[in-house]
Amino acid sequence: MVLTVLEGSRAVAEAVRACRPDVVAAYPITPQTHIVQELANMNADGTLKSKHIEVESEFSAISAATGASAAGSRAYTASCSQGVALMHEVLFATAGMRLPVVMNIVNRALSAPINIWNDQQDSISQRDAGWIQLYAETNQEAVDLTIQAFKIAEDKKVLLPIMVCLDGFFLSHTIEPVDMPNQKAVDKFLPKYQPEHAYLDPKRPMTQGPFAFPRPYAELRKDLSDTIDASKDIITKVSKDFKKQFGRQLGDGLTESYSLKGKKTAIITIGSLGGTVKEASDREGNFGLLRIISFRPFPKKEIIKALKGIETVIILEKDISLGSSNGAIFDEVRSALYAEKDRPKIVGYIAGIGGTEVTVNNIIEVVKNSKNQQDGEIGWLMGEE
Amino acid sequence: MIMVTTGGIIKKVGTTTNIKTGAWRTFIPTVTDKCTGCKVCEPFCPDGCIKVNPKTKKAEIDYDFCKGCLICENECPFKAITSKMENK
Repeated sequence: MVLTVLEGSRAVAEAVRACRPDVVAAYPITPQTHIVQELANMNADGTLKSKHIEVESEFSAISAATGASAAGSRAYTASCSQGVALMHEVLFATAGMRLPVVMNIVNRALSAPINIWNDQQDSISQRDAGWIQLYAETNQEAVDLTIQAFKIAEDKKVLLPIMVCLDGFFLSHTIEPVDMPNQKAVDKFLPKYQPEHAYLDPKRPMTQGPFAFPRPYAELRKDLSDTIDASKDIITKVSKDFKKQFGRQLGDGLTESYSLKGKKTAIITIGSLGGTVKEASDREGNFGLLRIISFRPFPKKEIIKALKGIETVIILEKDISLGSSNGAIFDEVRSALYAEKDRPKIVGYIAGIGGTEVTVNNIIEVVKNSKNQQDGEIGWLMGEE
Repeated sequence: MIMVTTGGIIKKVGTTTNIKTGAWRTFIPTVTDKCTGCKVCEPFCPDGCIKVNPKTKKAEIDYDFCKGCLICENECPFKAITSKMENK
């Protein structure tokens, strides 16, 4: 194993290059810029052979990537925050048309007020679009998940677009040692994309994205829902395949349990905050972590299983579903546990919004406070003034 | 159960002709004897469903697809097309 010291964005760009995309269409936006910049540099240097489409907005970027995928190519884009919000309309079409586009989202807060720092409101807000959403804790995971994403997306049983999310600045602009998979191994793991459902060939014409009357529309939406639910098996399988090839695996591909055995308290979070919770857990020793890697599909069964015997669950999340007073992950975890006989006490925190820092001490404090909290209580971690 | 394809992709060509959109019509146009077969109506029809029959030299309307927009009636230089509310 050779470790390379790389900025998160550079590491992700190298992973994308190793996946040999046919088309890259992206529009720069802080903090995603470095990924697109690196890919453009590689393209100019001739080390990345993809067609690089310069676009005038994120709406065009996702439209071009979706169109490229519809024509049968391996398509990639990257964005965040306002860019992802501008993509909203097309995201539903990409998933509904079953086009395996891969997009890195470098998570950033949404306006207003305008803020360039990290939270996960941008991707969490797109949770109903039909895209698979995977969240990385470290730069190594961002690299590994990006490579796995193409394989999951292009699996004949999946054929869905994937967002691989990494926290803005905390990962994208942080330099970490990364084991970059070599090209030969990636080629073996990820063969050329050979679409059987959607392609552009005048000799074999087809209609993509047709009009649908109410009943076939309902059938297709149900099929989409069943497909993304069933993709859990493929995410797990690809995660295992990745381990065989590269010797690393993230939990079971859907979630990661850390130091949960024998504990009464569990913290649930996604993304880079997982690392902070692990550090806090190591120091205190009285609680563990359940990190959700795949937020879509949502791993209900795996969460229920991992939380057996847990009495208090604390959910830390960098998003809020305005008007419900809590975050989306809180709702989903609570709903998943509703039918359980010995349901744990569940409390939630809106934490790290707009780049506010969540420290190890914050986490230790939160665990202490949870003893006096009622089930369902929501708090805010506001960071330093 | 309706057969669902991946992404609703349709690999048979020309299936749109299976949907008889003429059923959407409210007003029905009729070609009268005044028709000279000049073909002005043909390119104006948004659905390509008015054609001059080369034998009779009169325009004929495909009522399976004519939605009754009456552009043909409006464009006919000889006032040869009339229309009325269709009773269904």
